[in-house]
Amino acid sequence: MIGYDYLASRLATSLAVTFGVSVVTYGLIFLTPGDPAEIILSQQLDRQPSAAEIEAFRAEHGLNDPVPVQYLNWLTDVFRGDLGTSYYSDMPVSTLIIEVVPFTLELALAAMLVALVISIPAGVVSAVNRGSPIDHASQLGALLGVSMPNFWLAYLLILLFPLTLGVLPVAGAGSVGHLVLPAITLGSGMAAVVTRLVRSSMLEVLDEAYVDTARAKGLRERIVVYKHALRNALVPVVTILGLQLGTLLNGAVVVEIIFQRPGLGSLLVDAVFERNYPVVQAVTLVTAIVFVATNLLVDLTYRYLDPRVQLGGETA
Amino acid sequence: MIAALDTIVTGLRRRYRAVRTSRALAAFFANPLNVAGLAIVVTLSIAAVLGPVAAPYDPASQDLANRLQPPTLAHPMGTDQLGRDVFSRLLYGARLSFGIAVAVTAIRLVLGTAIGLLAGYAGGWVDEFLMRLVDIQLAFPGLVLALVVAGILGPSLRNVMLALAVVGWASYARLVRGSVLSTKEREFVKAARLMGVSRIRIAVRHLLPNVVGPVIVLATMNLGTVILGTAGLSFIGLGAQPPTPEWGTMLSAGRHHLRGAWWLANAPGAAIMLTVFGFNLLGDGLRDVLDPNHDTTLEKPT
Repeated sequence: MIGYDYLASRLATSLAVTFGVSVVTYGLIFLTPGDPAEIILSQQLDRQPSAAEIEAFRAEHGLNDPVPVQYLNWLTDVFRGDLGTSYYSDMPVSTLIIEVVPFTLELALAAMLVALVISIPAGVVSAVNRGSPIDHASQLGALLGVSMPNFWLAYLLILLFPLTLGVLPVAGAGSVGHLVLPAITLGSGMAAVVTRLVRSSMLEVLDEAYVDTARAKGLRERIVVYKHALRNALVPVVTILGLQLGTLLNGAVVVEIIFQRPGLGSLLVDAVFERNYPVVQAVTLVTAIVFVATNLLVDLTYRYLDPRVQLGGETA
Repeated sequence: MIAALDTIVTGLRRRYRAVRTSRALAAFFANPLNVAGLAIVVTLSIAAVLGPVAAPYDPASQDLANRLQPPTLAHPMGTDQLGRDVFSRLLYGARLSFGIAVAVTAIRLVLGTAIGLLAGYAGGWVDEFLMRLVDIQLAFPGLVLALVVAGILGPSLRNVMLALAVVGWASYARLVRGSVLSTKEREFVKAARLMGVSRIRIAVRHLLPNVVGPVIVLATMNLGTVILGTAGLSFIGLGAQPPTPEWGTMLSAGRHHLRGAWWLANAPGAAIMLTVFGFNLLGDGLRDVLDPNHDTTLEKPT
């Protein structure tokens, strides 16, 4: 069970962090070397803007207000669900985000599927044959997977499948075929991390008394491993998968760029290059809030599922 | 008097640590994977240092008559779209990657350790405030924040370094603070405090040495992570700009020659992977001997 005191303090912390995140996100615009209005306008117009044009742009986007006022205005709008307007297309940023979220979501889910399909068998086989050559090979494979730059893996996959074998599209989105290579690229790195997790979790469970009991009852080893041990070993794995969301979002940026997929990552990269600040701020904010919320959820679920986790203790 | 006593105590502890270290070293070298990791890292470090001397060609000199030549004895990794020697460019790139990795990791380490030490030792509102800062930093997926910071500052290697440094100190702070909290109440620290040893001296001589192991492990893994991050951001176009021989930039330039000139993208790709793999192997090995409680965990950065 989760204590109410703990729940309250955890919620308060998350709120404080979210507030801090919004300050940092808004503050990002002030990292711009020089005058943002002038830089954005000269990029938009592709020439040096006149003083009057700069003034009009500032007035339109509220850039003449004192910084704290600008921040509060922005924050109030965000609370109303208004994430600002793109400097380029005059589209509401929320619309732009909602349009691409399904693409990133399907990529993330497919990548997670790839990760689980690889990591659960690999981790289990590793744990059951602890110290054997299979175990060493799988651990070495996991380490290689973590070290693999996903942009290189993407190139190797493109070289092998569409370019050499003539199957699967090189880039784009919209069909299951388009999803295969990006999902493998993104999922394999995650698989490497999760394999280690499954292995250590399995090792822990295999040491438990109930596993000995199951064996003593005369159950076949396979049933002991898959029915009794694996089921319990997966509890921490599934919760910790949630924590991998950040990793997925990091990876999605590069993967979406390479495979020219629409999504949060490519939206962010385009906006960064165009200095489209409302989009940059909104995507950063949304990403961070989703991340904070997932962490909170994972933390609470973990405590709920595993009463041994000390209440109010330090999270790892 | 107090300082003298404290020096004796620290001396004894240092001797004890020396014995522990030699045992840890023996355990480390008993595992061939650890030795392999160390060998990869040492070899590549030498390549990075000696790169400019060892490189057979000038990394910028173009030879348009010999464009996109496959690997030969004269050009062991072929030539690129401007006829430049890929092997020489890789060597110069190693120097860049290692330099950036060391600089960024050093900033992260010093900043994070100082903040963690202060938070853990001071406690109270200072701790509360600093730990919320840590939470805020960790609330952003690292590469996403680095991408935004580097992008807004403007595409350049220097800005990528700055961006990667400001997004990576929090794990050190958390690690050091945790260790300080658990050591602070141990007898030898209490004794030092009773003897009237100054706070700074306690922090540096009694609290800090206990977290050196896990911090070294984290930093080793970080070197690989930073190399991946730098290459990733340069690959997107935010870091090194052509014609700089940076691994990520080179890989990105190989995109249009994937089938025809496969060595263009694959040589830097393999270089990045081998380097990161070396640091991860080494970090793993060091963790087993330096951080038996596994306070540091493996993460996939990009």
